[in-house]
Amino acid sequence: MIKTFPNGGVHPAEDKFAAGSPIKVLPAPETVIIPVSQHIGAPAEPVVAKGDKVKTGQLIAKSKGFVSANIHSSVTGTVKKIDRETDSSGYKRTSIVINTEEDQWNEGIDTSKALNRNIAAGADEIVRKTLDAGIVGLGGATFPSHIKLSVPKGKKAEILIINGVECEPCLTSDHRLMLEKGEELMVGIQLMMKALNVRRAIIGIEKNKPDALEYLGKLSSDYEGITVNALKVKYPQGGEKQLIKALINREVPSGGLPLDVGAVVHNVGTAFAVYEAVQKNKPLIERVVTVTGKELSKPSNFMVRIGTPVKALIDAAGGLPESTGKIVNGGPMMGKALNSLEVPVTKGTSGILLIPAAEAARKPVVNCMRCAKCISVCPMGLEPHLLMPATEFGKWDLAEEEKILDCMECGSCSYICPSGRPLLDYIRLGKSTVSKIIRSRKQ
Amino acid sequence: MDKLITVSPSPHAYGDDTVKKLMYGVLYALLPAFLVSVYFFGIGALIVTAISVVSCVMFEYLIQKYMMKTEPTVSDGSAAVTGVLLAMNLPTNMPWWIIVIGALVAIGVGKMSFGGLGNNPFNPALVGRVFLFISFPVQMTSWPEPIISRLQYTDAVTGATPLAVMKEGLAAGVPLSRLVEQIPGYLDLFIGHLHGSMGEISALALLAGGIYMIARKIITWHIPVSIFLTVFLFTGILWLINPYDNADPVFHLITGGLVLGAVFMATDYATSPMTPKGMWIFGIGIGVITVAIRVYGAYPEGISFAILIMNSFVPLINKYVKPKRFGEEVKNG
Repeated sequence: MIKTFPNGGVHPAEDKFAAGSPIKVLPAPETVIIPVSQHIGAPAEPVVAKGDKVKTGQLIAKSKGFVSANIHSSVTGTVKKIDRETDSSGYKRTSIVINTEEDQWNEGIDTSKALNRNIAAGADEIVRKTLDAGIVGLGGATFPSHIKLSVPKGKKAEILIINGVECEPCLTSDHRLMLEKGEELMVGIQLMMKALNVRRAIIGIEKNKPDALEYLGKLSSDYEGITVNALKVKYPQGGEKQLIKALINREVPSGGLPLDVGAVVHNVGTAFAVYEAVQKNKPLIERVVTVTGKELSKPSNFMVRIGTPVKALIDAAGGLPESTGKIVNGGPMMGKALNSLEVPVTKGTSGILLIPAAEAARKPVVNCMRCAKCISVCPMGLEPHLLMPATEFGKWDLAEEEKILDCMECGSCSYICPSGRPLLDYIRLGKSTVSKIIRSRKQ
Repeated sequence: MDKLITVSPSPHAYGDDTVKKLMYGVLYALLPAFLVSVYFFGIGALIVTAISVVSCVMFEYLIQKYMMKTEPTVSDGSAAVTGVLLAMNLPTNMPWWIIVIGALVAIGVGKMSFGGLGNNPFNPALVGRVFLFISFPVQMTSWPEPIISRLQYTDAVTGATPLAVMKEGLAAGVPLSRLVEQIPGYLDLFIGHLHGSMGEISALALLAGGIYMIARKIITWHIPVSIFLTVFLFTGILWLINPYDNADPVFHLITGGLVLGAVFMATDYATSPMTPKGMWIFGIGIGVITVAIRVYGAYPEGISFAILIMNSFVPLINKYVKPKRFGEEVKNG
């Protein structure tokens, strides 16, 4: 049965131009820029210094605090400098810049392509290796994965949900990964199930990827407890709460976590990374990145070393089209617009999207005519038309009462608004102010 | 890189809808009803519509440019929609200067005095119509004869609407069976062959426009359907209780301004509730008030007043009727 979430959602043009391009390995660039903060939580602390020789896969910055992640060198070479470099947020952040030499992998890493289905590690070891490997949510949220693999006392995980939805238009990296690394993915899911001590896992995939549905569906019969479920093509089908609602018909309570309804959600990319970390001892130093755009000559999917400048990817995909007006790290709905081509690929980079200048600007803003389209598309049942003026006029109590913090910033409201109103811009501002107010109240 | 790129927060993709497209969509949806009016009322329909649209657009332009001193936005089509809707609420023998006054009240008082598009609490076309109805009751209730008055404007032969025939007849104690003989058959009523305001006559053409708007997602079905259901149930109950003194529910559905009001006037974005539940409350309210006025009130038709009365409840409805929040009432099974 094809499932979906009940309320809201939009249908942007899918534009999955790179869906038919197999993953190509992009050679390591001359220089990599590796930010020490590629995840939600505290930045990692550098453990190398300028001039140090590092090997591929060697730890270069150590996780600091509970919510944090290790950072490893994605190349072999010499640390050129540790300095503040512009990342995808547009801010300068501490980064380790390494000049590349010939690849030499760190000891203990199995670089062979052979599939290892034999699970020897116990639950604790799986979690520890996930932590060691610096794995974060590769769907884009970049929350440290080891935390989501260890169930806190008093809670119980019943089901693992694997997000292969890829509801963002244009992106195809998860799609290609499912097609090309299906077996590894299955083993990765089994490892996650073992860590969480759950018997069931469901892989959710939108039905615009029939080949992935069929392939993983076939594979899953060999793996106990893993099933594949087709989902309706509707954005944001891949939102964590929407996916849980669609697949197991449970609603994560407002302000709650998936674990409150017994579910844990991980992206397919993360499951693959866990496979590599546990079975191959390989830290997270590369990922699949889609490079795409309407006018790009060769939309592609690349296996890219973390820290590779975006420019190298675009060049490998046929070069920056003359018409380009916007460069987005991620998809068109939730991605971040970049301000430079020198920004590095990080753990959360699922795609690079080149938008032609003609489509880069926003619609002119006119009066809200209260058409209620923003309400009808909001998957969280919020009223964006109300949250925007609440923020504009500083009515923080109203914004909080109207559940502004439930907003997951999917952008459906701004997408649909016929008046071109910057609903989500204001809601973001409102969210951050309201969270600050709530935090100060607790102190 | 030596060239400028746009950097803005997400989303970076936008839907196709704009205010202009939606407003023109409403105009397309009004086209069948307009053509039926031209067929039955001829030049009167053309003249009234032209004067109304031109006046509405002109007043909005002048007010924005010279009073509000802002860039006029008449090209978005919303003033034209008000103009067509006002025309559709008038008899086709309406003198031109009364229409201009109606347009001034509709746009000036009904819309721009509140800040223009999206800020008006009452449906502007109805504000104009009701103003004229109270100020010029004679001209507002003389209805040209369909077909035979095609080439006449203010000198048209006139007659009474089926609702007025029914109301006055029943009040005078004429048996229902004799009244039914004085009004057109149901098929004629449904197609639009009857006395009435320009655009309200053809339930068929108006419904076609409504289906078009629902299919294009310009409106949702909630408001029209809730009004139709309420009117049908309310008049149906009255009819079942006393079939000799009450018209049947089908008659109520296809006569007067009910379909025009339910499909095009009550669904006005700014003046209707924003959640499906709120829309139901709004629609039921309009249905009940309409029937109450038609059956017990002073006027044969009550949809205009019903919509305006319910318009005034919209802020309250929007404040207390909220969409279903995700994860608010958790019933996990």
